Amino acid sequence: MNPLSKPWIWSWGAAAIVFFLTLALTSGRGAGELAYAALSFGAFAAIVGLGQMLVITLGPGNVDLSIPASMTLSATLALKVMGSEPGTAFFGLFVALAVGFGTGLANYALIFLLRLPPIIATLAASLIYQSIAIWSNRGLRIKPPPELADFATGRMFGVPNVAWVGIALAVAVWIVLEKSAWGRWLLASGQNLRAARLAGVPVESVRAATYISVATFAGLAGYLLASFSGGAALNMGAEYLLASIAVVVIGGSSIAGGNSNVPGVWGAALFMFLVVSMLNSYGAGAGVRNVLTGIIIIGIVIAASTKRVRL
Amino acid sequence: MNENEIVPIVALTKAKKHFGAVRALDGISISVGSGDCIGLVGHNGAGKSTLVNLINGGLSPTEGRIEFANGTDPHAAGVRSVFQELSLCPNLTAAENLLVSHKAAAPFGWRKRLGKEVLASLDSIFPGHGVRVDVEIDTLSIAERQMVEIAIGFAPRGSEARLVILDEPTSSLDAGIAQQLLAHIRQFCADGGAVIFISHMLAEVFSVANRIVVLKDGKVVAEKPTAAFSRQGLVDAMGHVTGETEGGADLERKFGPVVVQTNQGLSARQGEIVGLSGLAGHGQAAALARLYLSRSSAWRSGKNPEVVFVAGDRQRDGILPLWSILRNVSISILQQGARWGLVDAKRDASVAEDWKHRIGIRTDDVRNPVLSLSGGNQQKVLFSRALASPAPIVVMDDPMRGVDIGTKQDVYAMLRNEAQKGRTFLWYSTETEEVCQCDRVFVFRDGEISAELTGAEITEERILEASFQMQEAS
Repeated sequence: MNPLSKPWIWSWGAAAIVFFLTLALTSGRGAGELAYAALSFGAFAAIVGLGQMLVITLGPGNVDLSIPASMTLSATLALKVMGSEPGTAFFGLFVALAVGFGTGLANYALIFLLRLPPIIATLAASLIYQSIAIWSNRGLRIKPPPELADFATGRMFGVPNVAWVGIALAVAVWIVLEKSAWGRWLLASGQNLRAARLAGVPVESVRAATYISVATFAGLAGYLLASFSGGAALNMGAEYLLASIAVVVIGGSSIAGGNSNVPGVWGAALFMFLVVSMLNSYGAGAGVRNVLTGIIIIGIVIAASTKRVRL
Repeated sequence: MNENEIVPIVALTKAKKHFGAVRALDGISISVGSGDCIGLVGHNGAGKSTLVNLINGGLSPTEGRIEFANGTDPHAAGVRSVFQELSLCPNLTAAENLLVSHKAAAPFGWRKRLGKEVLASLDSIFPGHGVRVDVEIDTLSIAERQMVEIAIGFAPRGSEARLVILDEPTSSLDAGIAQQLLAHIRQFCADGGAVIFISHMLAEVFSVANRIVVLKDGKVVAEKPTAAFSRQGLVDAMGHVTGETEGGADLERKFGPVVVQTNQGLSARQGEIVGLSGLAGHGQAAALARLYLSRSSAWRSGKNPEVVFVAGDRQRDGILPLWSILRNVSISILQQGARWGLVDAKRDASVAEDWKHRIGIRTDDVRNPVLSLSGGNQQKVLFSRALASPAPIVVMDDPMRGVDIGTKQDVYAMLRNEAQKGRTFLWYSTETEEVCQCDRVFVFRDGEISAELTGAEITEERILEASFQMQEAS
C-alpha cells in the first residue's frame, strides 16, 4: 500500500515540514516550547474540527456555522454559573455540555422541522446564540475557578491537559466511525442519503445525533478555551469558524461527504498553528501572512485530494 | 462478409485492456461495417462494457489497435453510445442534454431547435411516447429517461449516427416500448447504419441481430451469423452451468396470513411471491417505495427489520459508491452481531464471503471497491444485502436490470427457496417472463391497480391486456 494514498499523511507531513522550517531559523532552540504551544492551541481547533468533520461527512450542504456562537454561549453561561467559586468545575462542565447539546438540538430542529438548508439554519441560529451570550454576559469578564484554570493551562507527562482531552476525543470519534454501527450509518448517509434510508439506516437519527455532537464538542471547546484564557469573551469563537472547516479539508476528509479522517484533523490543527508561528518568526507582516496561509492551505488540499484514487 | 468490400466503421485488432491485474479484455478482434447489427452477449463481467468503452473512445486499449472509418476519432466516425447506467445529467432537460454532445449548436435559439431534434428522434423511434422534452430529466421515470437517452443516441446531432452502441437498452423498458426500439434498429441497419446491441434478453438479440458475438472472460468465444445459433447453443457458448430443468417444481404452495395490505389494494400473504407488472412508470416503483417507507423508520432501526429493499435504480437507490463490496453487503445487518454498538467485523466478512459464493459476485476479494464491479455484479451485491437480512418482507424494485441469464436462474431458485421458508416477496419487474414466475400478480395502470391475476391467469396476454385498459369488472 502506497503511504501517500492515506490522505491524512499530507496534513501530518505538512505540519512536520513547517515545524522544522521554523526551527531552522532558531537553529533548533525552542523545539519543545513550539511543540507544546502547537499542542495547546491545536487542541481547540481539533475538538471543534472533529465535530465539523462529522457534519461534513453527512454529505453536501451539511455544515455547522454556529460553532463560534455555541462556543461563546457555552463558555459564558458555564463561567456565570461557576462564578469563580472553587469546586464548581464539574458543574460548569455539565452546563457547558448541556448548552452545547441544546444549541445542537435547536439547529437540527430548524433543519428538520422548517426544512432549512443547514448553512442558513445554523448561521441564523448563531445570531440568536450570540445575542443570548451578549445579554447574559453584559460585558463582565468572570474568571474561571482557580483549579479549573490550573487544569486548563497545566500539563501531564509533558503534554498539555487540553491536548489530552482532544486526543481522547479523537480516539473516541475514531472508534465510533470505524467500529460502530452508528459510524457506518453516518458514512452511508453521507454517500447517498436515499440509498442509506432504503438500506434500513435510521437516517434522521443519524443526522440529529451528528448536529448535536458537533454543538456539544463546541461547548466543550468553549469551556476549555475560556478556562485556558482566563475568561469568556464575546469574540472568543470567531477564528474557529474557518478553522473548523479548514482542518477537516486539510485533514483529508472528503468535502463531498461519506468519507472522514480522524488523524488528519489533528495533523491539520497542528499545521494551522505552526504555519502562523512560522510566518511570524520569519517576520512576515499580517497581510503577507494571510496570503501565504491561504496559498499553503490550497496547496495542501490539492496535494491531498488528487492522490485519492476513485475507481 | 466478403464479396462487396465493406469499409468497416470500426475495426479492433487484438485489443487488450487491463485494469491492474484484471484482464477485462484479453485480445479482441472484431469489425463492424455499415448494415451490421451485432448482438453482443456474455455474462456479467465478461467485458462487454469495457469493449463498448474502447469503441466509443472512453478508454484506450492497453495493447492492440482500434481503427475507425476515417482515422482514429470515434466521434468523427459517427459512433454513439447509449448506456445502461443512464448517463444523462438529471438536472437538465432533454434538449440541454442533447447540447452536451451536439456538434453544431449555434449560440442562440438552440434550446428550441434541439428540443425539436430530440422530439423528432423520439417520435421516429417510439411513436406515441408521450415523453416531455422540456422538463428536467430527474422528473421523468427511469423508462422515460432511457427513451430520451436512446433518442439522443440516434439523433443527428449535427452530423449523422453511423454506429450506435446500445448497452442493455431495454432492461428498464416494458415489452411494447422495447418492440418499438427493435423495429427502429432493424430499419436503421437496413438504411445502412450499424448497431451493437447488448442485452441479456436473448429473444431480443435473436430478433434483431444479424451476427452474434459471445464474450467470455474478456475473449471472443464465438462469432457467427444469428441463424447459426440456437438459443441453447448460445447459452452454452456463454458457458454458464445452468442448474435449471427442475422447471419451477409445481409443489402445492401454502401461504400464511396476509402480511401486507395497502389502501391501494396491494396485498401479500406470508411466503408468497407477489409480482407487480404493467407498463414501466405506471406507479409500481412508487407503490413499492411507499410500502417500504411506511414499514420502516428513519428514526429507529432494530435487529429485526420488518422489510428490506432491493433497488433497481442502483445508483440512485442502492449502491454506496465510496465503499467496498463487503461494506455494501453488510450495511443492513450491522446490528445482528453488534455488541455495545460495535460491529462484529469478522461476522460481517464471513457473511459477505458467503454471499459472494452463493450469488456469484465476480471479484477475487470482497474488500475491493464496489464500483470495480460491472453493473450486473453490483446488482448482485444489492441482492445479497437484502437476502442476508432476516426481514420477513422483501421489496424488489426491478432488481434484475443488467443481470445475466444464468444468475437470474440462480436468483429465481433462491427466491422460491426463501419463500418456501416463509419470506414474502413483492417484486416489480419490467420483464413479463419474470412476473410469470410469481404466485400472484398486480397489474398497474396510471398509478392504479388495474387487475389482480393468480395462478393460471398469469399469462403474458392477460398482463398486456390489463396494462392497456382498465378492466370493466368491479
